[in-house]
This record gives sequence, structure tokens and C-alpha cells, in this order.
Amino acid sequence: MLITVLVGAFLTATLIRLAPGFDADVQQLDSRLSHETVEAWRAERAQNSNIVRFYFRYLGAALHGDFGQSQTLNRPVRQLIAERLPVTARLVGWGVLLGWTLALVLAFSVSLIRWVGFRWIAVVCAGALLCIPSAVLALAFVILRAPAFLAIALVVFPKIFSITRSFLEKSYELPHIVTARAKGISELRVLLWHVLPVSGGQLIALAGVSVSLALGASIPVEALCGIAGLGQLAWQAALGRDLPLLVTLTVVVTVVTLAANMTSDIVNESLKPRAA
Amino acid sequence: MMRRTPLIRLAIILLIAVSSLAQAGGELRFCLRSEPKTFNPLLVADDASETIRYLTGGVLIRVNRLTQAAEPELATSWKLSKDGRSITFTLRDKAFFSDGTPFTAEDVATTVRQMMDPQLHSPTGDAFRSGTGDVAVQVLAPNRVTITFPAGVAGLDRQFDQVAIMSAKSPKKEMAVLGPFYVADYKAGSYVLLRRNPNYWKKDTNGRQLPYLDGIRLDIQSNRDIEALRFRRGEIDLINSIDAEYYDRIGEASPALVRDAGPSLDSEQMWFNQVEKAPIPGYRIAWFRSRNFRRAVSEAINRDDLARVAFSSHAKPAMGPVSPANKIWFNAKLKPIAYNTASALQRLQKDGFRLDKGVLRDKDGHQVEFSIVTNSGNKYRERMATMIQQDLGKIGMKVNVVTLDFPSLIERMTESFNYEAALLGLTNVDLDPNAQMTVWLSSGDNHQWNPRQKSPETSWEAEIDRLMREQASAVDFPVRKAAFDRVQEIVADQAPFIYLVNKNALSAISTALQGEVPVVLRPQTYWNIERLTLKAEIAKTRQ
Amino acid sequence: MNKLRRLSFALLLAIVLASLGADFLAPAGYATQFRETPNSPPTRAHLLGTDALGRDRLARTLYGTRVSLLLAPAAALLSTLLAGMIGGFAGYVGGAWQKASMAFTDLFLSLPWLFLLITVRALLPLNVSPTASVMVTFALLGILGWAASARVVCAGAAGMRDSEFVLLARASGIGRARLLFIHILPNLKPVLLAQFWLSIPIFILAEANLGILGLGVAEPLPSWGSLLRELEDLATFSGEFWKLVPLALLVVVVTSFQFLISHNEVSA
Repeated sequence: MLITVLVGAFLTATLIRLAPGFDADVQQLDSRLSHETVEAWRAERAQNSNIVRFYFRYLGAALHGDFGQSQTLNRPVRQLIAERLPVTARLVGWGVLLGWTLALVLAFSVSLIRWVGFRWIAVVCAGALLCIPSAVLALAFVILRAPAFLAIALVVFPKIFSITRSFLEKSYELPHIVTARAKGISELRVLLWHVLPVSGGQLIALAGVSVSLALGASIPVEALCGIAGLGQLAWQAALGRDLPLLVTLTVVVTVVTLAANMTSDIVNESLKPRAA
Repeated sequence: MMRRTPLIRLAIILLIAVSSLAQAGGELRFCLRSEPKTFNPLLVADDASETIRYLTGGVLIRVNRLTQAAEPELATSWKLSKDGRSITFTLRDKAFFSDGTPFTAEDVATTVRQMMDPQLHSPTGDAFRSGTGDVAVQVLAPNRVTITFPAGVAGLDRQFDQVAIMSAKSPKKEMAVLGPFYVADYKAGSYVLLRRNPNYWKKDTNGRQLPYLDGIRLDIQSNRDIEALRFRRGEIDLINSIDAEYYDRIGEASPALVRDAGPSLDSEQMWFNQVEKAPIPGYRIAWFRSRNFRRAVSEAINRDDLARVAFSSHAKPAMGPVSPANKIWFNAKLKPIAYNTASALQRLQKDGFRLDKGVLRDKDGHQVEFSIVTNSGNKYRERMATMIQQDLGKIGMKVNVVTLDFPSLIERMTESFNYEAALLGLTNVDLDPNAQMTVWLSSGDNHQWNPRQKSPETSWEAEIDRLMREQASAVDFPVRKAAFDRVQEIVADQAPFIYLVNKNALSAISTALQGEVPVVLRPQTYWNIERLTLKAEIAKTRQ
Repeated sequence: MNKLRRLSFALLLAIVLASLGADFLAPAGYATQFRETPNSPPTRAHLLGTDALGRDRLARTLYGTRVSLLLAPAAALLSTLLAGMIGGFAGYVGGAWQKASMAFTDLFLSLPWLFLLITVRALLPLNVSPTASVMVTFALLGILGWAASARVVCAGAAGMRDSEFVLLARASGIGRARLLFIHILPNLKPVLLAQFWLSIPIFILAEANLGILGLGVAEPLPSWGSLLRELEDLATFSGEFWKLVPLALLVVVVTSFQFLISHNEVSA
């Protein structure tokens, strides 16, 4: 895990360094500035242009809990992240939770309710949500004065729904489940006792992945809704090529992704005997 | 100094009368479009920080945004030396910083010394850097100070409009201010709260202390859609420079809410890369360096259409480097550039180009094709570029439009020079041509078409260099004006920048706000912030 | 084939035919700017009205269909194949391999790919043709889009590794590679199909967002993504329902795909 984080940080730094515009700043087009001022700004940014040196200096400081100073916001990165992490955690947490609830309820009821029309409506709804840009969804929630985590939920929901649907569908084809249903065991019992254990492993894996989906969705949602969270910060940092801030953000995201996926792996391992 | 016309004077008197009738108090709300990068007035370079500096900073001289004249503020009077190198201020007595520290000549001296400190790299100070050598600041009395620069600074007094005086003694440093408001709270990414400065020196005609408002809430909101939405809901009271599209939308529903103050100082322009060593084919550089080619492109662009379609008529076709809104410096002899494809083709023929089955080829048979880069996220520029693409298609030029994120674009424009034509806008905050030295001098960083030349590569650039230096060192206004008029004529003739349109200064102002007079100079709507009031019933809800 | 599938098929076919016959159905052309009538509501000359520059919306929608409907499924196929190979292999082999490839996947999910895209744009020439630019964009999306589903595929394959029928197959001496391709991948089909189906709209939208980096379709060529981006002016939207046609069309295509590829849905 540590290695992944370290490699992630290094790759991020390299990607940013290689992208053009590393030492550019919009303000340098201001004609009122003297050559010396523009050069001074450039020099300040060029400190980080040797990526290997930057990386080791960054790591050394990070060991002492210092993640450097944000170039665009002129504040310590650590303070920025600490301020904003809870905001995004809440947003993503509620969004993922609600998205999953919606998806599971809908997917299960599609399996339980055997009316084709219901299935049809569910699929069209999920499809429609997939087609709406997340920026438009976020805007719509601002217009409706609804909380932003709903937008995250609706971005996550169709993906979980359709993958869950596909598992359930496959499971219902398995011979022992067909037999169980033929025997007249109640649908709910079939679902809970026979279907879930079969596709549970993949569902749990999906749970881990959905966290990174939601984190991705938080960027446009926070930027549009004016929520001061990590997503908004990431967007500002990307526009400003803010190296220390972006590298730290990647580290945070990598840690969260790894943690979510490791949790789902561990849960999967512990359930294995039952699933087999 | 004061050359007010009777009409404007009447307007100001009316304005003061109206505002003194209104109830004081309440909190004004509007949006900042980005995070302020600094609260130190000397380091301000971005719009958001500039807004805060305008609202909180006290300056010696203020350029009246309506009359464009310089007026006394913290300096009750000033005197320029004949050579334009030094200025002596007589300061206001009994003025205090927001934290109660008295304002003296020492503060002015400290501020100027800090500003000119080469280590600080103050963008504000750059306007005063005329020659090598140190700045001498001499405190003559607690209320008199003389500042002497190493060389003459043209338009010296007006430059002090940007210099917010900081305290020499206050322990709160830059947070102690002399302006109408002070920064009371700031939450990164969310808002900046300003409170009324209880020690602000200015009073209205009835002797009542200004500002009338209790405070200002500045929400940080980069999305223009949401800004417009919040305005329509009455959550914010004004939008300072609103996009043409939202202007029309809001205006359709309630015409009383929107104001079009006419063409602003800002211009949108296009230019060709003329850098000799740029990594693009040499024959293309040769086109771009030809005056006929550039003039032909300029004539083949339908500017009326750009203004009418891309900006829904909230822009005027541009004539040259200076917007007609700049009453002082605009060269009235310049003529609008007529849309004329026949004349454009004639110019191209002079250079050996020929139109062959709808495809324009140069004298060696190369097809004329180039790309225009612009920054992404600005739909007006994207629209203009697409319209220019079609216009130039009519004279057989194949144009590719490429939108890039700003850092990539700047890298191409300033370092790698890997681009052919660019379309961007220049925002002009300053009326004086001295603020554009780095644009016009061939050695300048912002001489975009061919920056940082060791010596001028063309005779017309050499002539511009000479004229710009002449106007910068002259103290006499007529001499400066004549020189800069000539610069404008050369630029119109050579078309290194192809000026497209001057956008109108559009704003949206809630009916809850009173005393407002939107103007074309920044900050268009709240330049008279200390005299703005909110209607009593609104003010009551926002204590 | 039941009714629903037939309907889906007919709809898709109709959309494909309409896009192929764009020149005939919307003779105005996608690039011509009717500058006297920008932002016009539907008229007889412009059945879906015109956009901000006076271009015919119907023509732009139909031409956009050509671009998006051809390339998005291709990119979706690429990313699904990658997800299947990487996830399937890791899950099947298990052990250290699985750990390593999943760590790689997690890393892939967390990196800011935006900067890679910016770099790619910088390496491309500026005068690249709109078609080439859009192809590169979709290829990149295909290459970058596999990570999320690879995890799910891996979990599925790992679950199957220990299942009875794989043990049986192994006992009967079937080679490892054959087992992977013949038994395990087909059993992962539902996940892979779901991934394929999900990727289509996601890629169509992503292409439009990459426009801000100078990738994706270039003016004046339209794509569904660029048409959908116009919906971002939602705050100023006031009942111009013809602007929603591209969205409706995309929803129709995406759901039709769903009904067509998952035949269980219909047979059950």
C-alpha cells in the first residue's frame, strides 16, 4: 500500500511537470507588470522543475507532517486539506450511501416484481441519468435548492444499478436457483439465501470502486455548487498547476481508494467459504 | 484637476441627495469569481484581490470612474515637479486606520518604500519603475511627504489610484486599512466578509459618516450560471460585468435590473505569430510577417457580425488599440475597419497569393491553412473564432480552431511559440498608455506577436519604440498624446494586433440597491461604494 | 426476438439511417452560419431551430450522431476488453499477481489523467483535422476507462477460480489459457456487457469535456457531447424544449443498446 502511494505521488508529480504550462500564470499577461516581476514568479515556480529533487524534498517534509505551501492559494497544503476533507467526506459518504440504496432497492425490486413494464422504466431511468452530464445534474440541484450529495448519488446510482442488475440476472440463470424458484420458495428468500451469496463478491468489489467514482463526481459538483471541498480544491489546483497541492491530493485520493478497495477485499475474503 | 461638466455635476449632486435620504445600513452581497490570492495591497495582481483592495484600501488620489479625473482622497492636494520625477502630497489631518492607528506621512513613506523594494516584486510598484536607481522618500512634516523617482514617470499622480496606503505602526499590518471597509472574515473557497470601517474619514454633505452600508459579503463563486441564478433569486445584489447572454435573459424578464454602459476599455483581438524562430513552417511565418496578409485577414473579418451575433449586439466593432471609451487617449482620427473581401483579395494578390477553386495558395503553391488558438471556457471567444473561420473561408483560407486551457496557451504564446494565430482579450484597467509599455516596446514581454526582441526587427516597430519612449518621458500632455496617437495609427496600418470588438460594460443591479451609477471603468458598479445604500426593507433583513 | 428488442433495433436503425441521410434530411449543413437568425426557435427552414451562431440544430444533431455513434461504442469495446483481460487474468491467477494488478488498478483510478491528456494535446500538431482529433480522443478514453470495472471483473474471476466447475475443468486437464477464455471470461459476460453499455454515454460526455483541453471534436464539426454541453446553460433555460432533442436521442440510443445486448432481460 505504501509503495502504491509513493509511486502514485511520483507519477502525479511527473505528469504535472511534463504537461505544458507548468510555470505559466495567467497574470503574467498583465501588461502593467515589469519583466523582473514576471521573471521572479517564474523563478519561484521553477524551484520545483527538477521533479526528482522536488519529490525527495516533498517526501522529507511530508514525514514531518509538512506537505508544503500551495502555490495558488498561498497557504499550507496541510491546512487546506484538513479544512476541506470533512466537507467532501460528508458529501461523498452520503452520496455513495444514497446511490447504493437507490440502486439496490431498484435492482432487487426489478428482480422481485415480475412486471416487464417496471423493468423497462427502471432501465430507461438509469439510462437517462447516465446521459445527463454531471455538471448539468449539479446545476439542476442548485436550481432546485436541493443538497449537492443528491447529485453525487444520481451520478453513482445508474452505474451501480446496471452492474448489480447484470449480476442478479446471471445468478437467476444458475441451475440451483432455477430449481429453488421452481420449488416455490418465496422470491425474497431466493434472493437473500441463494442469489446474494453468488454475486456478493462482485457487489462488494463494486462498493470499493464506487468510492472513487463518487470522488471523481465530486469535482464538477463541488466546483459548480460552490462547496469548499477537496473536489473544488483539486479543480483550482489543476488550473493553477499547483504541484505540492496536487501531489498531496493524489496521495489522499490514493489512500482513500486503496482503503475502500482493501476493505472490500477483506470483507470478500472473510465471506469466501459461504460464497463457494 | 476638476474638469466636470455641469451635467455630471448635477448627476453627482442628485446622487448624493438621493442616497442621504435612504436608510443606512445592511449588508451588500455579490460574488467574487475567483479566490483572492492575497490581502496585501502591494502584491495584488488578480481581479478578486483587486476588488478587495478597492473596497478596503485608502488611496492618496482617486481617479473618478465617472469623470475619469484625478481627485483628492487621503491627500488634500499634491504638486508635481516640472520634470515629472517627484510629487509632494499634503495629507488629510485626523484620519485613522480601521484599528485606530493615526494616519501620517510615515505611513505613506513606508508604503512607497515597500512597494519599490526590488525584493518584493510588487506588481503595483511596477507602474512606477521608470529608470534604474532608488526612490527617495522625504517626510517634510507629519502631513507632508515628497517622493522622488529616479526618472520621470508619465501620469505619475494618476498611478497613485492603485496604491493603498498601509500602516507603518499598526500591529495588524496590511489588515489595518484606510478604506470604507475592512476584512472581518475570510473562509477560503467560500466567502470574504467585509465590515464597515468605523474610522473611515469621509463624510457626506450632511456631515454623516460614510459608508452607508454596514458590510459586504463577497461569495466566491466561479460559475457564471450560478451567479446569474442567485441574482435572479435576490441572493446577491449585483453582477459587475455580466455576460451578454445572461444580460439578455435577465433583461427580458425585468429591464430595470440590467444596465449597458456602452463600450468598455476591454478589447478582443487576434494576432499572428511573427517570431522568426517559432517551430512552424517558414513559409507560414513569411505570410504572418507580411503587412498585406494581416490587413487582408483584418478586412475579411465581418466585425459587425461578431458584435451582433457573438455578443448579441452588446459590443462594438473595434477600431484600434484604444477603446473609444478611453476619453483621454483614443485617437479620434482612426476609422472603422470596413468588411471588404474584394479589397482583402487584392491585398493578397499583391503578395502573390491566388484563389484557385476556392482554395487560397501562396506564390509557391502552399495552401493557406492555419490554426487559431484561444482559451477554452470562454464561449464568446469560441464563437468569434468559429465565425472568423467561416469569414476567412470565403477568401479561401482554411482555419482550424483549437481551444486550450490557459496554462498550455500561455506556454505556447510565451515560451515555445508553437502556435500560428491567437485570439484573446486584453483587459485594460488603466487609461494611461504607460501601463502598456510592455505591449508596445519590441523588447517587451507582452509584445505578443514577437516578444523580447533584442533590437526592433522592423522599421515600424522601431518607430513605435521611439514614440512610446517619447510619450513616457514627456511631461506635457499634448506631446504625449501626439506620440501615442501616432502609435495608434501605425498599429492600425500594420495590424500586428487585429482588433475585433470592444465589449460593452454590462451589469445587473438589484432594485434594492440605491445610489448606483454604472460606468465603463472598473469597478463598473461599485466604484462609489461608500455612497451606495440598500432599501430600508432589505437592509433590515440583513443586519 | 420479442417486441422490445425489435423496437430497440428499429429505433437504432432509424437513427443510423437518419444520420447517414443527414445531407438529405437537413440540407442546411452543420457548419453554415445563418447569421440573420441566431438562436431561432423551430421554423420550417430549421426544424429544430438554430444555435447561437445560427447553425441548423437538426443538421448538427444528425452529423453529431455520425461521430459519436461510431466512435463511442468502439472506445467502449476497447476499454471493456482491457477490463476483461486485466481483471480476468488477475482474478484467475490470484496470489501475488492479483495483488499487484489490483494495486496497479487502484493507482490508475487515483492519478490525475487530465495532465496526460494535456500533454497529448501538446504533442499533437495544431492543424490536426477534426476527425483525427476526435479519433485520438476516443482512443485515449478507451485506454483510460477500464480501471473501475477491472476490479469488479477480478472479484468475479477470483470467486470462480475456486468454484466447482472450474475445479472440475482443471481436473479434466484443460489448459490454463483455454480455461480462462472458454470458461471464465464467458461467465463474466454480464459484468463486461454492463461495462460496455455504461461506457458509451460516459465516453460521449467525456469527449465534450475534453474540448476544454483542445481535444475532441474541433469547430465546426459537431458531436453529441458538444451539443449536450449546451445544456450546461441550464440556469438560463426557459422552456426551449427543442434544445433537449440531442439528450433524448442519446437516451434512446443508450437504452436501445441495453435492451439489445442483454437478451436475458427480455427473455426472462
